[in-house]
Amino acid sequence: MLEAILLTVITAATPLVIASLGELVAERSGVLNLGVEGMMIMGAVAAFAITQISGSPYMGLLAGIACGGLFSLLFGFLTLTLVANQVATGLSLTLLGLGVSGMLGESFVGVPGIKLQPIVIPLLSDIPFLGLLFRQDIAFYLSIALVVGVNWFLFRSRAGLKLRAIGDNHGSAHALGIEVIRTRYLAVLFGGACAGLAGAQLSLIYTPQWVENMTAGRGWIALALVVFASWRPWRVLAGGYLFGAVSIGQLHAQAMGLGIPSQFLSALPYAATIIVLIVISQNRRTTLINTPASLGKPFVPDR
Amino acid sequence: MTENEVPRADSLLAVRGLTKRFGTFVACNGIDLGIGAGEIHALLGENGAGKSTLVKMLFGVLAPSDGEILWKGTPVAIGSPGAARKLGIGMVFQHFSLFEALTVAENIALSLDPGISLSRIADEAAALSREYGLPLDPKAHVADLSVGERQRIEIVRALLQNPSLIILDEPTSVLTPQEADRLFETLEKLRSEGRSVLYISHRLEEVQRICDRATVLRHGKVTGACDPRKETPASLARMMVGSDVAAVTHIERRDAGVVQLEAAKLSVAARTPFAVALKDVSLKVHAGQILAIAGVAGNGQGELFDALSGEYPVADNESVRIRQKPVGRLGINQRRLLGAGFVPEERHGHAAVSGLPLSDNLVLARSQSDRKAFLAGGFLGLIRHSAVLSATRRISAEMDVRKSGDDPLAGSLSGGNLQKFIVGRELDRQPAVLVVNQPTWGVDAGAASRIRQALVDLARSGSAVLVISQDLDEIFEVATDIAVISEGRLSEPSPAAEMTREKIGLLMGGLTHRHVEAESVHAH
Amino acid sequence: MRIELEKRAGASRLFSFLSPLLALLLTVIFGGIMFALLGKDPIHALHSFFIEPLLEVWSLHELAIKAGPLILIAVGLSVCYRSNNWNIGAEGQYVMGAIAGSILPVVFFEWNSPLILPLMLIMGAIGGALYAGIPALLKAHFNTNEILTSLMLVYIAQLFLDWLVRGAWRNPQGMNFPETRSFAPEAVLPPIMEASGRAHWSFVFALIAAVAVWFMMHYTLKGFEVTVLGQSPRAGRFAGFSSRKMIWFSMLLSGGLAGFAGISEVSGSIGHLQPIISPGYGFTAIIVAFLGRLNPLGIIASGLVLALTYLGGEAAQLSIGVSDKVTRVFQGLLLFFVLSCDTLIHYKVRLVFDRVRQKIEGAA
Repeated sequence: MLEAILLTVITAATPLVIASLGELVAERSGVLNLGVEGMMIMGAVAAFAITQISGSPYMGLLAGIACGGLFSLLFGFLTLTLVANQVATGLSLTLLGLGVSGMLGESFVGVPGIKLQPIVIPLLSDIPFLGLLFRQDIAFYLSIALVVGVNWFLFRSRAGLKLRAIGDNHGSAHALGIEVIRTRYLAVLFGGACAGLAGAQLSLIYTPQWVENMTAGRGWIALALVVFASWRPWRVLAGGYLFGAVSIGQLHAQAMGLGIPSQFLSALPYAATIIVLIVISQNRRTTLINTPASLGKPFVPDR
Repeated sequence: MTENEVPRADSLLAVRGLTKRFGTFVACNGIDLGIGAGEIHALLGENGAGKSTLVKMLFGVLAPSDGEILWKGTPVAIGSPGAARKLGIGMVFQHFSLFEALTVAENIALSLDPGISLSRIADEAAALSREYGLPLDPKAHVADLSVGERQRIEIVRALLQNPSLIILDEPTSVLTPQEADRLFETLEKLRSEGRSVLYISHRLEEVQRICDRATVLRHGKVTGACDPRKETPASLARMMVGSDVAAVTHIERRDAGVVQLEAAKLSVAARTPFAVALKDVSLKVHAGQILAIAGVAGNGQGELFDALSGEYPVADNESVRIRQKPVGRLGINQRRLLGAGFVPEERHGHAAVSGLPLSDNLVLARSQSDRKAFLAGGFLGLIRHSAVLSATRRISAEMDVRKSGDDPLAGSLSGGNLQKFIVGRELDRQPAVLVVNQPTWGVDAGAASRIRQALVDLARSGSAVLVISQDLDEIFEVATDIAVISEGRLSEPSPAAEMTREKIGLLMGGLTHRHVEAESVHAH
Repeated sequence: MRIELEKRAGASRLFSFLSPLLALLLTVIFGGIMFALLGKDPIHALHSFFIEPLLEVWSLHELAIKAGPLILIAVGLSVCYRSNNWNIGAEGQYVMGAIAGSILPVVFFEWNSPLILPLMLIMGAIGGALYAGIPALLKAHFNTNEILTSLMLVYIAQLFLDWLVRGAWRNPQGMNFPETRSFAPEAVLPPIMEASGRAHWSFVFALIAAVAVWFMMHYTLKGFEVTVLGQSPRAGRFAGFSSRKMIWFSMLLSGGLAGFAGISEVSGSIGHLQPIISPGYGFTAIIVAFLGRLNPLGIIASGLVLALTYLGGEAAQLSIGVSDKVTRVFQGLLLFFVLSCDTLIHYKVRLVFDRVRQKIEGAA
């Protein structure tokens, strides 16, 4: 029983962790992309469609990543090249993504999906209880690898140092000859690819089918998680699993029929997000210290 | 004496006809310049003369529109700061190019070869900083450091690349006189090693003290090349400004009038992690007096202004008094209604909104104090545009604000003209109390002298004026009394005649008056 | 090839006016390409999408019905966005307004009075305002990001409505449909011109709200306060304006207008509560606000344009058999192009071909 619940929590947490990590990198470089929900749903629809067409969920997964990434470049072009308002552009990315995915996915509604199967790692998966961590699908392994990788990149590599420097002060970075715009494009692209992967996980693993608006606000929760994690990869992992647990918990509570109306339980993850945000923003000091100083600010280089 | 010498062929760096256009505006116009090996070369000019644009081209931050740069006699295109560093050019920026959230070592690493590990950089930086007498802790976060320490990072960062030419942009504007002396020693050591220095400044005295040659810019053009030691401050100033600048008529220190502005044991906790707490600040400004508060940037000047202006009211109502009334908990408009006026340091986005016209920026400061004149319609609060506009014209004429059009955007005015408007906006009300933070920061000499004269005239007419400034020349020009702020503490004010630069410098370093006396006795 | 921007000395008046039109044109062109990709004749498809709905009187009434809530909500949002408060939860405030306004006709259905309609409208506005008060409170006093909280509250409001119409408020005579009882005739917002179509007073209210807010923004100190705090909170503080009060003001105003739109729609067009009472007005209004350049009078025009995309979607579904989902694609594209074209207002955009630059560098 416990093992079964844990499995579902992992499946629910993985897309949140992946999407948040992508956004975290973008925000560390100073770009606030509110289009996570839109990129995620584009990833979901692309993954589902390509899986249907090719018959291979791995092709689907790659398509999801590519689609999320491509979609994010639209955001990059507007905010980085044309210095459009980041908040408004992010919103438009979400609105456009929800619209386009709805249209593209129309013919897939009700079509049974092909589930991405777990990869069982021999020996390790035989460890009692903990073995379940080694009987997971590729998205889970990727999510863990991404946490480790992003953490190493940001705090151990020179490129990560440059990225953090840009997020701290893009004017100084430019004066030192660091490529602000190019780095930000790459960070946005990484964020988009992660969101696309997270979306693909939803339509290939979490609920292997296509449903309109199936991200149901997860992109927004991923955004909240970045704040929750105060821009640190390991805390994203913790936060993601916390939210995964809340959303699975409410599903189990609904199934048990505790007499609480199902709508109230469904609202729980959203309410939890608000509460977590309130708690986190109480500590103004940590928020101020951790927030990348140039987050959301437009940058136009002198030439 | 101002013969325009053609850059010599043996120059380390030579510039011929260098031009930079921004749209129709020509920031640098056909600049010729030559810097020899082992010389400290001054680049003199007023704010807005094109000095920063020129050095940004030399450091590869800006691309020239025209002209050529020769490095050791060969024409080069410096496409990026990286390319400049490879040639052997190091740069110390005026507004530091540092990252507050990163450590000193990380800041240095950002401009070095990515192959070198952070720990090695830290070691080398520590060794170098010892060698040049510029103590630094590589693990410290920049946010926690003083301005002087930040400048050391920039210098060490430049030196680590073993440059043949170091460019320093207005390096002493943020230093105490003692720190500046130490910087000059470092520069002389660099010269003795055969390195060249391009030293950008508008301070004539220090240029005459340390520079071998000088090039003077005005309105983007070279107006003189000379040996500064053979010139007088007046002749240099004339090259810089183009005409003689009216000297500010001094104000006599008179018997104390009524106390119009008072702070009594004013303490304010730091609002943000990057702010400075005010500790037991006490001061009194009498009618007819100009109290100047000297200090290095980041020692609580902004916080003091916030508390005195009421932008951030303080908990203890009695700790601030305007015209005898306790106002600590009152907001800025209530303090204005008592007859106070305020001029903050930052022009854009604090004293004025760049994207709004001047008339709106007039309403910004005076919507409540001039409610009767500017508003109509009772609770609706309709803005009477014609009244506002005529007041805008009156202020512009009074302060000689030069602008394009009748009511242009604040952002389209030059720094000096906008500052004249911002100061004029308050003077127009004849405030009994005026608090000004950095009144002439970044403005041209003409506007600066106009503004200083206006402050003196205001005090002469019986108002109490508090001037917070980093510029010691300015302070000695206008003040009747001087106090020094350091790490949120204010020294006891003394009459201006009894203060010297050295004393102020020691107080800036955080010593108390008693220590300063002892120190100066020691020195004699 | 690169794109370089050069800041203009001031905002370009020409492009302030042209930018929305340019965006509209680009959207139409892209829409045509999209229709062509879907295998439809683009001219015919665009005609049935954008022109046909304007050719009949009843259809113009429908346009007004859709434009009413869009304009009401967008006008409120324009004040929010101008003051830099990013309320994106208007959809939730709309739903809560509809619920609050429906208390009288659903719970006290036996009470009949001419007062009922005005009371409903007021309660709707209050409901929306209170709901927007949550993110306002959280931002003003707990420093919590309003974008995320206001959006989360949308989901919660929708679930709450769903619970109401399936539970406590379900019509006892409704054969188990998830609906409340139908509003009494006194509780229905009347049509403006009954003879020619369904358009009701919400459109008129929308026009009044737009003109009133426009007046406020252009002539009063309050409007000045909104502008100053939006452009520079620090300068606003210097002027003695309070950012915190502005959070409350803008959020309550926009929430109130969204709530008002919600109850107007339910009372005038639907006649009862049901799980879905909005085709995404609260989100589409964001696009309306930006297309109208955050100017209330511009919003009237852009509200009509976005209303047309709803009608066009329905029309295109009937006449050429494409999904009505194209509506949302059009809306999304439109916002994208508006934001892109707005760059022209503040910057000169130049294409730079790298070859020139390479030549300079090659000389090194």
